[in-house]
Amino acid sequence: MNKARVIRVGAVAAASALTIGGLTACAPGGDTPSDGTTTITWWHNATTDPQKGLWEDVAAEFEKAHPGVKVEVTGYQNEDLQRTLIPNALASGDAPDLFMVWPGGEVRAQAEAGYLKDLTDVASDTIDALGGVANPWKVDGKQYALPYTFGIEGMWYNKDLYAQAGIDAVPETLPELEDANEKLRAIGVAPIAVGAGDLWPAGHWWYQFALAACSTETLQTAIPALDFSDPCWVEAGDLLKDFVATNPFQDGFLASSGQQGADSSAGLVANGKAAAELMGHWNAGQIGSLTPDATVPSWLGWYPFVSVPGTAGDPDIAMGGGDGFGIYKDAPDVTVDLLKYILSDDVQKRFAETGAGIPTNPAAIDSVSDPSLKLIAEGLANASFVQLWLDSDLGPTFGNPLNQAVVNLMAGTGTPEDIVKALEDTAAAL
Amino acid sequence: MDKRKWLEIGLFLGPAVIIFVGFVILPVALAAVYSFFNWNGLGPLEKFIGIDNYTRALSDPLFLRSIGNNFTIIIASLLVQGPLAIIVALLLNRKMRGRTIVRAAIFVPYVLAEVIAGLSWKLLLSPQGGVNAVLEAIGLGGLTQPWLANPAIALWVMFFILTWKYLGFAVLLMLAGLQGVPEELTEAAAIDGASWWKTQWYITIPLLGPTIRIWAFLSIIGSLQLFDMVWVTTRGGPVGATSTMATYMIQYGQGQPGYGSAVAVILFLISLVIALLYQRHALRRDLGAENVEER
Repeated sequence: MNKARVIRVGAVAAASALTIGGLTACAPGGDTPSDGTTTITWWHNATTDPQKGLWEDVAAEFEKAHPGVKVEVTGYQNEDLQRTLIPNALASGDAPDLFMVWPGGEVRAQAEAGYLKDLTDVASDTIDALGGVANPWKVDGKQYALPYTFGIEGMWYNKDLYAQAGIDAVPETLPELEDANEKLRAIGVAPIAVGAGDLWPAGHWWYQFALAACSTETLQTAIPALDFSDPCWVEAGDLLKDFVATNPFQDGFLASSGQQGADSSAGLVANGKAAAELMGHWNAGQIGSLTPDATVPSWLGWYPFVSVPGTAGDPDIAMGGGDGFGIYKDAPDVTVDLLKYILSDDVQKRFAETGAGIPTNPAAIDSVSDPSLKLIAEGLANASFVQLWLDSDLGPTFGNPLNQAVVNLMAGTGTPEDIVKALEDTAAAL
Repeated sequence: MDKRKWLEIGLFLGPAVIIFVGFVILPVALAAVYSFFNWNGLGPLEKFIGIDNYTRALSDPLFLRSIGNNFTIIIASLLVQGPLAIIVALLLNRKMRGRTIVRAAIFVPYVLAEVIAGLSWKLLLSPQGGVNAVLEAIGLGGLTQPWLANPAIALWVMFFILTWKYLGFAVLLMLAGLQGVPEELTEAAAIDGASWWKTQWYITIPLLGPTIRIWAFLSIIGSLQLFDMVWVTTRGGPVGATSTMATYMIQYGQGQPGYGSAVAVILFLISLVIALLYQRHALRRDLGAENVEER
């Protein structure tokens, strides 16, 4: 071979090696390396302390108590984790061992596809300890994931602004809320902030009116059957339309995001430009993170969503949801022990103390010290029935068409019937 | 060619072909396959539904509006950004004081990351943002409004942001094109007594033709695939006013990759047809000119 040819052959060999090496690097790795240790990969949605730090501590403690077990714990941004990372990891066959699972439609889809370990027998003690709060993670009577936090949504409000506007008691009915909103407008603040640009925060307003308009029986039968023929679903839109006509939201609410930045709905509440926001149990931390000193403000209060007189719904119903952890079908058996440890009295108490959410283990409820979370825990205990977030309960396919139809109604370009049509069309395409 | 040459070609091209097939051709082909299934992305591909995903997309008013928005941006870009870029490039090509500063000012937006530019404009244009504050301060309070939240104007506000962002790139291309215009021609025109404006109109701009056509091609394809800026600033809202095919695909393909794939295939076909037609009709003479030189 002459010199040029040697170089050419060498170049080809190098390029081929790089290609093959690059491709094989994509192959999934095993959980048990040759040195005999077992590795558990754990993906969660906590990207900031104190919750992120707590999960890291839990992982370290578990490693210490189980020699030969290594826990690789990573926190990812919520939507990225649930919408992109986990579905892709599951579809690729190289999934994390322990990961966040949402209740309702998501756990159903993952369980039906055969990705989740059945925990019914292996974690029966923990399931019993949690009680009814674990039900939304059941599919066909089998437990596929276990929640570590659960809460309901309600109105987060600025006590100082309410007092300044002369509102003596928090509204309990829709007319009282509208009355309060008028007083708040009069002192120059937006009564309520909503992040309709992100769609789902606006969707929740319609969900709440659906809870008011529909009887509990209708909710329990219509959602699993995907049958939206009951007139209460249209009535929900009518109620929302009338409410929007009272001008309760901030200017430009159609483009506001829910959680990012000073002009998001949470940001407007945090900087005192809006007096209230309908949001889930995580919102104290969210609003806190957007204040100048990054702490939960002392003026922040919470009250349950108002009842709507003259409607068929149970006034004591609440809407809520939570976060759970599920285990991949091929995960090492010891992963179940890690999940049990996460839900143990001790860890749940520490979770409660962080103020990041309401624990699901009843033994830890007394450790909740944050005043707003205490109110939510009380509201949860007083609720006659907790309806899961409608978009979660219906399943991931429904979220965008439903929420977009709600925003259209709020913008005046859609009708109450259009929302029901969006639901029916989505159901028909399933 | 002998066998050995073929072997060499195969060896050299092999790695590139493997990567190209694996990461470009295969995903496109798979998307086409998925688009015929009702699939939630988790279970096996079982529910074959033919072209149902396509008919569903093409009968969804929001998707049709998204296509319309893409084409509105294309036409507006060609009619506004192109001429604007030519004028700015012609001015910047002259010797004048502060030229470097003006050039930098026009290129800075293009250099900025899309997400940073989008978030900055989102903050500036919010009801409590800087634009409204400035309008108030100079006594034009009557013009203040929620710029990105008003469905009637949101698309045009988006177009303004895109023009601000991409004008620098167009100017850069035009300035490069202007370097290829021989000075002798403009000098000759000047000696013949032609005004600066006439020289540009009859000599410079026609000679800039190939550059303009390439810029238009990039602008059309970019407008069809418009995603980042819209996603960061409005997510396609309010009520679909700024929705594009790409943002629609992300929003409505979530949880149903079969449907999302159908939308992706439609976007791909529209882009492909326009690209081929454009190459055939608009770029042919530029490519033809090269062929003449080769001969």
